[in-house]
Amino acid sequence: MENGTIIRTTDLVKIYPMGEQSITALQDVNLTFGRGEFAGLVGPSGSGKTTLLNILGSLDAPTRGSAEVLGLRVEALPHKKAAELRNRHIGFIFQTFNLLPVYTVFENVEFPLLLLGMATAARRKAVMDALEWVHLADRAKSRPNQLSGGQSQRVAIARAVVKKPELVLADEPTANLDAENSHHILHTMENINRELRTTFLFSTHDDKVIGHLRRKITLVDGRVAKDEPGAGR
Amino acid sequence: MIRFLLKGILRDRGRSLFPLLVVTAGVFLTVAFYGYILGMMNNMIRSNANLRHGHVKVMTRAYAQDIAQVPNELALTGVAALSDELRTSYPDLDWVARIPFGGLLDVPDDEGETRIQAPVAGLAVDLRTSGGPEPGLLGLAKILVRGRMPRVPGELLMSDELARKLGLDIGGKATLITTTMAGSLAMANFTVAGTIRFGIRAMDRTGLIADLADLRRALDMDDAAGEVLGLFKDGIYRSDQAAAVLRSFEGRYAGRQGEFLPAMQTLAEQPGMDIIIGRMRYATSAIVFIFLLAMSLVMWNAGLVGTLRRYGEFGLRLAIGEAKGHVYRTMLAESLLIGVLGSTAGTVLGLSLSWYLQVHGIDVSSIMKNITFLMDTVLHSKITPLSFVIGFIPGLLASLIGTAIAGRTIYKRQTARLFKELES
Ligand SMILES: Nc1ncnc2c1ncn2[C@@H]1O[C@H](COP(=O)(O)OP(=O)(O)O)[C@@H](O)[C@H]1O
Ligand SMILES: [Mg+2]
Repeated sequence: MENGTIIRTTDLVKIYPMGEQSITALQDVNLTFGRGEFAGLVGPSGSGKTTLLNILGSLDAPTRGSAEVLGLRVEALPHKKAAELRNRHIGFIFQTFNLLPVYTVFENVEFPLLLLGMATAARRKAVMDALEWVHLADRAKSRPNQLSGGQSQRVAIARAVVKKPELVLADEPTANLDAENSHHILHTMENINRELRTTFLFSTHDDKVIGHLRRKITLVDGRVAKDEPGAGR
Repeated sequence: MIRFLLKGILRDRGRSLFPLLVVTAGVFLTVAFYGYILGMMNNMIRSNANLRHGHVKVMTRAYAQDIAQVPNELALTGVAALSDELRTSYPDLDWVARIPFGGLLDVPDDEGETRIQAPVAGLAVDLRTSGGPEPGLLGLAKILVRGRMPRVPGELLMSDELARKLGLDIGGKATLITTTMAGSLAMANFTVAGTIRFGIRAMDRTGLIADLADLRRALDMDDAAGEVLGLFKDGIYRSDQAAAVLRSFEGRYAGRQGEFLPAMQTLAEQPGMDIIIGRMRYATSAIVFIFLLAMSLVMWNAGLVGTLRRYGEFGLRLAIGEAKGHVYRTMLAESLLIGVLGSTAGTVLGLSLSWYLQVHGIDVSSIMKNITFLMDTVLHSKITPLSFVIGFIPGLLASLIGTAIAGRTIYKRQTARLFKELES
């Protein structure tokens, strides 16, 4: 993988068997992403966006083809190695169910660092820094059910970036948010992208998000229909 | 990391309190139930000892051979001396002489002619020595239906059912026709002092309880008795001690010939007892096993449900980068913790209840109607070494296995699917 390339998919196919029939979620997807990109997969519901993100995040395996992420072929990774890849290098943000409800904001953000075995003092600092980025340092002791939807999503961002990963995969991060909150978290992510050179890959069909993308890839029925520069800066 | 997980357990009641309560309750019920069953078995042995056999029974060798026929012509003689000797040699036991007897009961009309006759089977015991053990051993005060205890010679207790059938009231008179020890015809007049309910069909149809002195006179059995029973003073049958008494007693007559020499039998040796004990053991194991199975299923299910409702959490943890094996191991550790705590609590509670019942018992006679001979009006329990593990181990295993099986889905399923199930 040449320098600066962080993701490369080659003839990626994902077919879900559904009884006698099967659903082709991804069909011959060939995409390359460089370090520091702020890109999005757009397309209608069911076009394969989540499936692609899950494969890139090694949460799911492709049926055929290959996906290289940070130099590793995720389709061939054993469980343990895949967990390590996610743990060290990838941050996830989901549409819902992002936070563990029994833990405080602080503890939710702390969790990936516990998995990394980081020392207590360094961990505290990293968590508080991440919460500062998303302007939620004052809510460190709150529980998720005491937060608004926008605040919860910002905590999810803090958790995704607290370990300073190379790659953040965000699956419809604004789907449940109003316009103001959507712009707010996108600004947050743009800042992190700029300051830490973290690569962001979104899936979305939300125009508010699309306006911030610097690269826009349109999926239709599992195929890449368009790959064009976006309006974002 | 461990602290992090502990926080999660403590804060999520669905993860801690609910499974803990299920395990505690299941283990408690198992332990208490097991103790109660053993207590019941003990009570059955106690009734058998008090009513029929004692902990050991002395008879003549010939009587023992033919015991089902109640052969009073083969009864022991010189009973006073024998009893004294037994009391001196084996002071741990109470010794009582009894005469089981059979015969015909003849109820006369006003003219003294026979109105009705019925076969009877009775037990003659010492009712009139004040402070004697017999009324207590037979629980006569509890099973008295009408009338009172016999006080003067010629009074007896009769099954209430038999008395009604014969049209006898309290104070009614009847003649017992039977054979003397020598084999000649014997007739003796009796007055019904009270009626009792045995609660055993055969005995309710034909049963009498008479005074030993009256029967001795009627049957020409002066200083004789069919049986001399020995009962440990604390009322508990201990087979090894009973066997030791037996060996020592039989030793005195070893090598001597004569079918009228005394012979001893322990409670466990009485004909049919091995079968009864075997059946009781079998029934106990079966009941306990079914109970355990049901409890295990409940606890196992609790483990399954607990895991299913956490799919979202597991999916998220996997996405954040926790390895599947680690998630699985933490689940097992959690269920082990819950299992140990719950099983300990349940065992302690179950043993406490059993211990209370074993030492004090709970008298339920006030809330029971129609108390009978065999019915125990005091709930008892018994603790054995097995009581300590009979609930603990299944409690632990059930919660562990339930979680282990539920957790396997984490491996089977694609991680992405764990999320899919949540999104719907
Ligand atoms: N686990 C699955 N089993 C079967 N079909 C699935 C599964 N996940 C996704 N699909 C199907 O694959 C297609 C793409 O789904 P998805 O990637 O979720 O699309 P998007 O995120 O763009 O809405 C859809 O037709 C969807 O129904
Ligand atoms: Mg989707």
